[in-house]
Amino acid sequence: MAADYINSGDTIAAISTAIGGSGIGIVRVSGPDALLVGDCVFVSPKGRKKISMQSSHTVHYGYIQDDGKMVDEVLVTVMRSPRSFTTEDTIEINCHGGIYATRRVLETVLRHGARLAEPGEFTRRAFLNGRIDLSQAESVADVIQAKNESALQSSLGQLRGSLGRKVSALREKILYQTAYIESALDDPEHYSLDGYSQKLRIEIEEIKSKVHRLILSADNGRVIKEGIQTVILGKPNAGKSSLLNVLAGEERAIVTDIAGTTRDTLEETVSLGGITLNIIDTAGIRDTEDCIEQIGVDRAKEKAESADLILYMVDSSTKMDENDEHILQILDGKKSIVLLNKTDLQPITNVDDVRHRIQDRFPVIEISAKEETGIDVLEATLKEMFYQGEISFDEEVIITSARQKTELIGAEESLNKVLQSIDLGMPEDFFTVDLMDAYTALGRIIGKDVGEDLVDEIFAQFCMGK
Amino acid sequence: MSLVEEYADVVVVGAGHAGCEAALACARMGMQTVIFTVSVDSIALMPCNPNIGGSSKGHLVREVDALGGEMGKNIDKTFIQSKMLNRSKGPAVHSLRAQADKSDYTRSMRQVLEHTENLRIKQLEVTDLLVEEGRLVGVKTYSGSVFHCKAAILCAGTYSKARCIYGDISMYTGPNGLAAANHLTDSMRALGIELRRFKTGTPARIAGPSIDYTKMEEQKGDERVVPFSFTTDPESVQKEQVSCWLTYTNETTHEIIRKNIDRSPLFSGKIEGTGPRYCPSIEDKVVKFADKDRHQVFIEPEGIHTNEMYISGMSSSLPEDVQIAMYRSVPGLEHAEIVKNAYAIEYDCIDARQLKLSLEFKAISGLYSAGQFNGSSGYEEAAAQGLIAGINAARQIQGKEPLILDRSEAYIGVLIDDLVTKENTEPYRMMTSRAEYRLLLRQDNADLRLTEKGHEIGLIDDERYKKLLRKKELIQEEIARVEHTFVSDSPLVQSFLNRHGSTELKSSICLGELIRRPELSYELLSEIDAGRPILPEDVQDQVNISIKYKGYLERQMKQVEQFKKLEQKKIPESFDYNQISGLRLEAQQKLSKYRPVSIGQASRIAGVSPADISVLLVHLKSK
Repeated sequence: MAADYINSGDTIAAISTAIGGSGIGIVRVSGPDALLVGDCVFVSPKGRKKISMQSSHTVHYGYIQDDGKMVDEVLVTVMRSPRSFTTEDTIEINCHGGIYATRRVLETVLRHGARLAEPGEFTRRAFLNGRIDLSQAESVADVIQAKNESALQSSLGQLRGSLGRKVSALREKILYQTAYIESALDDPEHYSLDGYSQKLRIEIEEIKSKVHRLILSADNGRVIKEGIQTVILGKPNAGKSSLLNVLAGEERAIVTDIAGTTRDTLEETVSLGGITLNIIDTAGIRDTEDCIEQIGVDRAKEKAESADLILYMVDSSTKMDENDEHILQILDGKKSIVLLNKTDLQPITNVDDVRHRIQDRFPVIEISAKEETGIDVLEATLKEMFYQGEISFDEEVIITSARQKTELIGAEESLNKVLQSIDLGMPEDFFTVDLMDAYTALGRIIGKDVGEDLVDEIFAQFCMGK
Repeated sequence: MSLVEEYADVVVVGAGHAGCEAALACARMGMQTVIFTVSVDSIALMPCNPNIGGSSKGHLVREVDALGGEMGKNIDKTFIQSKMLNRSKGPAVHSLRAQADKSDYTRSMRQVLEHTENLRIKQLEVTDLLVEEGRLVGVKTYSGSVFHCKAAILCAGTYSKARCIYGDISMYTGPNGLAAANHLTDSMRALGIELRRFKTGTPARIAGPSIDYTKMEEQKGDERVVPFSFTTDPESVQKEQVSCWLTYTNETTHEIIRKNIDRSPLFSGKIEGTGPRYCPSIEDKVVKFADKDRHQVFIEPEGIHTNEMYISGMSSSLPEDVQIAMYRSVPGLEHAEIVKNAYAIEYDCIDARQLKLSLEFKAISGLYSAGQFNGSSGYEEAAAQGLIAGINAARQIQGKEPLILDRSEAYIGVLIDDLVTKENTEPYRMMTSRAEYRLLLRQDNADLRLTEKGHEIGLIDDERYKKLLRKKELIQEEIARVEHTFVSDSPLVQSFLNRHGSTELKSSICLGELIRRPELSYELLSEIDAGRPILPEDVQDQVNISIKYKGYLERQMKQVEQFKKLEQKKIPESFDYNQISGLRLEAQQKLSKYRPVSIGQASRIAGVSPADISVLLVHLKSK
């Protein structure tokens, strides 16, 4: 079935600012129902203002509410068609409550008639509606492809965890049930559906409750990671944890003189020069036979792979060795800053040694985490890289999680429809339409097409035919 | 120099189920048509199962009929048992299946062909296609004669370089011992057409008197038979029916198979062709579903003029001695006398992605292809393609746009779109799960969906067309009446509801709402519906379905709307995908090779991602 993304004519929404840095996020809603969506979610201080009654290019102060609960204090800008970026009716909601609130506002909007925009969709609409010059078609296309790729990578990054496994398991169950029904419809003399509805009901209830738990976990517990995903790498006892503590301004990591203390990864959100860093401290990287430590090392490598920025700590009081070579390989193709730590001690490795080793690919900064010197240089370097666009936030992380939630809710709704059909005593062939919708929605979370899955499952699981 | 030179508008190669529909459509549309067959005795032959229809295949037959095809009428004349499958399920999956008298079926179709104006039958093997400047101009036969024509339709079925195999025995024949066609595909290869090799199989035929039916369960036909064709008078098909029989394989059967599996050409590698998963041989089933302790075996008559019985569920390519032992291990078949051994058949066919949705070759104008030769399987799938290829060959000559049914209009649309768009690695069979909008594509409304098109094409006469328009009117009027007729909470109504286990009314309600209650129906409501007009049964059925499943149908119609948007975004034939930045390489290659006609079709090609489609949309707009 054709995916929704190609549709125009419906109303889309997304967080349209680079997330992080400032505390303000903008949720943009565009499409024929944009103003009506505004009416549903916006409340003015006196409660009388309706977004749809406002003239174009006006700004309105108020709150976003969901189910009577206040989500955030906002300014809403109204832009009527055709005087907007997409040329469609558009509202932009300026949220003040930081990234978490921005995300909640987006979710509220999605619950009230908008759907989450696909990567690059605002640009595409602007283009298709003639807002962008035709000569820019190629760059528009490139934006779309690039955004899709980064979105995909980002969601794959998140899926390495348990969500992907859980979603896959649920999909398998749904597919099996669907294939069973379809097999029986295709070959009624072979497979019977007598009494099947009730069995299916139990199965669907169970799947639904698992989907529901995933939705809840998307709401609670989830730490919103804003800012630049930064990973500190280095050999054991290079001073990684000390740096984190300096930056965070509190004793988060356990700092000892015993190499290999940080066995897992620690995370901390810090602000440096107005730029938000989401810093992950990792276990020191060295060849080790300690298996717990090895897990830490593996995890460090994994984190580094998905990082926006790597801070590579080098201990100036020791010699660089093959373990450093190891780390340098991880740095390949990554934005990195090398920190030559422990300048308070007798130097054995100096700046030139390091520059030579890294072939001048990254800036090298001398610091002492212990004395808290050199941090200002790090700050300046960071600012420069950020404002020159060398490093940026991975905003897809947040957008992806909102998308996942939307799909989970969609899947839950489809499963509810199956239950309704069962309750109404509908024939079994009506169930599979909604079962496949749920399957498709869950598939979008893990980036899987439906393709020939059902037909393949029918033949794999059930013995068909003459 | 050719000895014989003749002229025709359309040449049809092969007279199986695809060829017959193709030739009839062309001839009826006024084309001078010649149909070639290796044997006139094999016109509309059913070399495998002795039935027409079944789940989703029944839909195809109905659609062929609604467009003016012949299959439905022919089976109505020659069936010996009929069943509506899935009757207890929703209307979308009701499916007709009829057992045919094979020889009557063949004879009857041959008579239709013989009595059709503009149609000539030739028993000759077509060996060469004559192509000039990318355009088909004629065909040459084994005898050296040349037939100049404006279009040709290849319906070569499973005859091309066919090889029948069981055990160590290989016979270079087509199905049922008929001559294979050993030249045509060489000529095609020389024209640059890509060919491949598929495989299918058939079970043994056993002499009826050697079967002990007392050990089997009788399978009777329906008490009231529903005809396939919308033109067949339902009273004319109420007749004495013949039974089928059900028995099962057992552990002994499986043991015999397992012990001899190394002697199967499928497992020894003697057969390279790709076989279909939906009709696996019994040895496939035993190996793949090892935990099943028995498999169903249906014993079906091949006709009333023969005592041969078709052993459905036990197709095989095991050696003869194993076959005998295996069949005789089944209850009721202990003394089975095999008339014809089971065999696997391997044959040349094309990768249908070389075809347009009209079933014309993209690279050779005027050359069409239909049926099993396109990599499908089944009589019904073949007939459906044959009809469409025939219609489109004729329309091309008439200078008209081809008839293309999309996935939301007909199972035929799903079938052809799947064949020409998706990668199929085995013979393709229709299944209801392949039809995304199946709630709308029911066998009961095939006429409402397609007969107007059939009329426009010229295959449906005015009388039938007028009848259809009248039927549509009656349905609309009655739906409107029922949705606007209110019943009050009178004692009569309340007692009616009580009797049918339905909740009593608190206030008045429209009849439509009552029909939507699961326990009630349009038919039941006649008791409390005083103003109801007398309507034909088929009209009543449509009214009931339209009202009862309204919510579901409306949802599907919305999905269809979305689907149509993409189908309507056409891609120009000359579109150069290599010039497009932003398309991934894989997408670029696939799109260049298969040249989809619309964004919708492009989105169904494996290897084309949603982002590629977005990019494509942007570039189409900029052109």
